[in-house]
Amino acid sequence: MLLRHTPNEPSEREVLSINPAKTCQPIGAMYASLGIHGCLPQSHGSQGCCAYHRSMLTRHYKEPVMAGTSSFTEGASVFGGQANLVQAINNIFSLYDPEIIAVHTTCLSETIGDDIPAFVHQAEQKGFIPEGKKVIHANTPSFAGSHVTGYANMVKAMVQYLAEPSEEKGEYVNIVSGFIEPADMAEVKRIAGQMGVESILLPDTSGVLNTPQTGTHEMFPAGGVTIEELKKTGGAKKSLALGVTAAAPAADALQAKYSVPSMVLDLPIGIKATDRFVSALAETAGIDVPDIVTYERGQLVDVITDMEQYFYGKRVGLVGDPDQLVALTEFLVTLGMVPAYVVTGTPGKKFEKRIAELTEGLPTKVKAGGDLFLLHQWIKEEPVDLIIGNTYAKYIARDEDIPLIRHGFPIVDRIGHILFPTVGYKGGMRLVEKILDAILDRKDRDSSEESFELVM
Amino acid sequence: MDTGLLKGRERQIHEKGDKPFEIECDKGSLSGAVSQRACVFCGSRVVLYPIADALHLVHGPIGCASYTWDIRGALSSGPQLHRLSFSTDLREKDVIFGGEIKLEQALNELIELHSPKAAFVYSTCIVGIIGDDLEAVAKRASEKYGIPVIPVQSEGFKGNKRAGYNAACRAMGRLVGTSDTSAISPVSVNILGDFNLAGEIWIIREYLERMGVEVVANITGDGRVGDLMRAHGAAVNLVQCSGSTMDLARMMDDKYGTPTLRVSYFGVEDMAQALYDVADFFKDQDPGIVERAAALVREELELLMPKLERYRRDLNGKRAALYVGGAFKAFSLVKAFRLLGMKVVMAGSQTGTREDYEELHAVTDEGTIIVDDTNPLELVQFIKEKKVDVLVGGVKERPIAYKLGVGFCDHNHERKEALEGFVGMANFAEEIHRTVMSPVWRFVPRNEESSGE
Repeated sequence: MLLRHTPNEPSEREVLSINPAKTCQPIGAMYASLGIHGCLPQSHGSQGCCAYHRSMLTRHYKEPVMAGTSSFTEGASVFGGQANLVQAINNIFSLYDPEIIAVHTTCLSETIGDDIPAFVHQAEQKGFIPEGKKVIHANTPSFAGSHVTGYANMVKAMVQYLAEPSEEKGEYVNIVSGFIEPADMAEVKRIAGQMGVESILLPDTSGVLNTPQTGTHEMFPAGGVTIEELKKTGGAKKSLALGVTAAAPAADALQAKYSVPSMVLDLPIGIKATDRFVSALAETAGIDVPDIVTYERGQLVDVITDMEQYFYGKRVGLVGDPDQLVALTEFLVTLGMVPAYVVTGTPGKKFEKRIAELTEGLPTKVKAGGDLFLLHQWIKEEPVDLIIGNTYAKYIARDEDIPLIRHGFPIVDRIGHILFPTVGYKGGMRLVEKILDAILDRKDRDSSEESFELVM
Repeated sequence: MDTGLLKGRERQIHEKGDKPFEIECDKGSLSGAVSQRACVFCGSRVVLYPIADALHLVHGPIGCASYTWDIRGALSSGPQLHRLSFSTDLREKDVIFGGEIKLEQALNELIELHSPKAAFVYSTCIVGIIGDDLEAVAKRASEKYGIPVIPVQSEGFKGNKRAGYNAACRAMGRLVGTSDTSAISPVSVNILGDFNLAGEIWIIREYLERMGVEVVANITGDGRVGDLMRAHGAAVNLVQCSGSTMDLARMMDDKYGTPTLRVSYFGVEDMAQALYDVADFFKDQDPGIVERAAALVREELELLMPKLERYRRDLNGKRAALYVGGAFKAFSLVKAFRLLGMKVVMAGSQTGTREDYEELHAVTDEGTIIVDDTNPLELVQFIKEKKVDVLVGGVKERPIAYKLGVGFCDHNHERKEALEGFVGMANFAEEIHRTVMSPVWRFVPRNEESSGE
């Protein structure tokens, strides 16, 4: 037993994280930045931060992940990272020639108080930023929030820096994506396309971190939201933010600055949340939901109907990021399952309240700012039939002999997330398949010979 | 080599040829470079991580603990405490008011919860700035619980990985010499700088035991606090991966007069040499050891060589590129590839020293590119220009090789097979063969074109 060190009784831990269910802001910022076409993320801190983030993203996406680092030294940490960043900007544009550099800070540069806009201004005055090229930044101290808020901060920075005002509102919508997989982002675009809605998806890591094998290495792959598109976000008819934690801040910023109405939705995972997303798109475009979309929805409902007996009452332990957990919890309740434990590492009381609302009348325990150690202790107190979480949940799954469905970040031991979405009706079908596979494989394994069934 | 180089990087690259050898290294990466290097904390964490019955508490924001949570396959034959992730998860208010109270409370809770044999407390960037007094906290915890509690001065910005190795060695140095050594054989060694990835240290231990050598402490792989405390009783330190543990060996030499043998367990020649060197070292105490070492090498080679034959047939003439953490590995790999009939056309490391690169220069063929602290653009350029069939590297290099449509072997901490020892050479050959000969390369566009499919 790998986690033999987990005692059964939950203890009060105020100062200590054991087996975290989150990581730090900069990696989220780096991931978001990669969703801009031609962007090189720049980690303003020690070399290790950048190496760790690139390694983790590489393990998750199995793709080359490019990012620069300010390579802080002892000197920089005393005198500030100005020289490092100014030199970095010069080096990056002269060698890698990106369209844009997206700088994010770290705990180190935040603590010493580096003023990034001032440094960028200096680089500009020195002529280090070529004509038409951009440098944006987000403050992402590692001691606040989590990777999810780091992502949110960088997406917000994109529109704050790049969106432009517009006299008239266009006939297109902004869709602000949460911290989801490239395959999910592609699916969101596909759904918007099916609906006939012209949209700008920001950020958009599809075509960046799920690229085909071509025999060449593209420093800047073809995907990503372009700077031109980001400029246009200020003139959109509306912004749909997919996720209150990861996506809402950017949409709200566009509303505050350019009066683009912000509509905050859940991540479209499961029937109800996808319905709300589809309705919002239909409403915005002033159209009826097309048959093809209704058809996909019907397929999802049909497959759930076919197998409803296997879902009902099954207890699920969930760990992951807030926006995903909200949508997944709602979906599980829709399926008749019981989200028994819902744990995120990202702090936030609103999250706990929202989960409580979604699971009213169910014996659900929820914790924001929790960790996997806590989830394990809860499971030891009363077990679950299924765990949904990132790869790190596999220790609990193994020790407690509970099936695990991998969902969230990071997944470093399977590949499905790279290719197949879990958002939208199609994504719902995939989730349902995964849930059933996990439960039925277990049933097949555990059934006695006489009750082992061919047909299920 | 005229494109794709960051200005200021020219002197960190050398192509072996008529020019006299010259390379710059051990310097900071250029700001803005997409360097493959990591930080001080990373260096400390990797060296100390395999001490499996110690508590490893990362004092800092959550990321430093998250990213180092069980990412290295440094196996333990017993306790698995090192595979958990403990962090003080520093928040904004701690940065303002200091994190000492939090650290102390966390240490207390964890020591009570897990009863470790010792605790390492890692300092991160931010702790270096806010100035928490780790020594004082550690001292109190140590007195309270009667176990060694050792701060590791691994603030990320205080250099690169090498500085982290040094901090780790200083931390381990505090454990060495604190326990009884009376029962230790005069024919005994410590194994330093082997991380027991995929169980490699067990292979080496078995060889040594067959030769009649007692292993006192496998310091950095399947490590135990108790073994470290009596490590000064060993007759000699066997040091592999000189970058990571040479400092500890030096400290032990200064303080206890423990001599050092530098070894490598990769490849047939170096593995055999390591065993011969050990035998030679002990031949006065144990005259039979030389023959036992020779017999061991003979037996292992008889098993190994027929296995290699089939791989050599397929691999003959293929080209390899290496980009590794420490340079020592590159020397062995150059020889190992030669044994497979392959040619190393590029060799580089993140943290090699001048002496390392001189040695590398000496063992490589004409035309080989030698590079310090490279980046993806350069790697891509070298791989294409030299028509590489397989790249040996770590996690960040793998997808680059794969995107280019060439094979890859993880010779870093994500290796899944033991690559050390004679059995490791067979595994290495098998792994290289598997990746170079994979049918998938037929689908790489340029190969499809050339084969007319």
